[in-house]
Amino acid sequence: MSKLKLATVWLDGCSGCHMSLLDLDEGILAVAEKADLVYGPLVDATEFPEDVDVTLVEGAVSSQEDLKRVQMIRSRTRVLVALGDCAVTSNVPSMRNSIPVGRMLQRIYIEGVDTAPGVPSDGVPVLLAQARPLHDFVAVDAHLPGCPPPPAAILAVLSDLLAGKKPSAAAVKFG
Amino acid sequence: MPQKRSIRIDGELVQVARGETILDAARAAGRTIPTLCHFDGLRNSGACRLCIVEVSGSNRLLPACTTPAEDGMAVTTSSPKLTAYRRMTIELLLAERNHLCSVCVSNGHCELQALATSIGVTSVRFRYRYPALPVDQSHERYVLDHNRCVLCSRCVRVCAELEGAHVWDFMSRGIQLRVVSDLDQPWAEALACTNCGKCVQACPTGALVEKGRAVEEMAKRCSQVAQVAMKRGAPR
Repeated sequence: MSKLKLATVWLDGCSGCHMSLLDLDEGILAVAEKADLVYGPLVDATEFPEDVDVTLVEGAVSSQEDLKRVQMIRSRTRVLVALGDCAVTSNVPSMRNSIPVGRMLQRIYIEGVDTAPGVPSDGVPVLLAQARPLHDFVAVDAHLPGCPPPPAAILAVLSDLLAGKKPSAAAVKFG
Repeated sequence: MPQKRSIRIDGELVQVARGETILDAARAAGRTIPTLCHFDGLRNSGACRLCIVEVSGSNRLLPACTTPAEDGMAVTTSSPKLTAYRRMTIELLLAERNHLCSVCVSNGHCELQALATSIGVTSVRFRYRYPALPVDQSHERYVLDHNRCVLCSRCVRVCAELEGAHVWDFMSRGIQLRVVSDLDQPWAEALACTNCGKCVQACPTGALVEKGRAVEEMAKRCSQVAQVAMKRGAPR
């Protein structure tokens, strides 16, 4: 049997969920037996492949680039998992949500600096009005809350998905 | 001797005293009904709607904490329908304000979070509102964070009924509803406040907390306050 294709994506988050994924310890061997990691910050593929079986998405959707990526990823993924609180609730990135984007950038990059004030525009994606959870934009097949989700919970969900089962409601605390 | 009422809780016959509620009867029968605004020893307000139950003969779901147990009632405390509505209520509470569990001093000690986990909430289907809400840090020892308030009124009731100060109450209506101290002054200027901290200990979330706590450090002493409240005899 050929191996399943597993991808991970890092949007507006701190990478703590990816750290928790690495923290599976020897559990990662069981995952590696069933799946190849084909895309993500932990590998150096540059293109998101066409037919991925499972994608774990860390982070909120905060910019136009994030939005384009999740739409592309959704269209190329069979099972999409919101990994961690930022993807599930928007969490810390949502703290900016009650402040208009222009006002926030003005405060940080112009009023908040002593030298070279100016809002960066070259090579940085345009922010959305609010950082919002993944399921506000695309269909999500499973949510795994936690900041970060504990490695055991990630392993449980991955084991279910890689065995072709629906992930059982992991007994992790919400938020 | 108070007159007894006989009611069925999930089929089991229970006798309760006159004036006792469906919640009292269910507890006497060893059933656990989820509650949030209920606080042992204080008057019930029926604010949170988590304790809704099915009562035969009624086409509405009734809050167990404010519905008196009547002779002949047959009550269902747990069903797929009740779970669906309770779950919806919890999700609405989570979407209404900014409950950022990961950076909350009450993370891991929060009743709203525990209820969400126990009922299997892994995401919120309703669109988060992300309102801009103030944090009152004027008090020397305590903080009121409106972002984390669920409007259960436990602080209002514990202050009015147990401490007898009635510092807290509600202002505005609907989505604008919020807790205010005295006549909507900063907490530090609320002359009626005795600084007793019962409101902080009775608060189910991280809305009322002690200053100087870091994330996950604010465990509340609800049961101690409830014990004191119960010693006065149950209010009716």
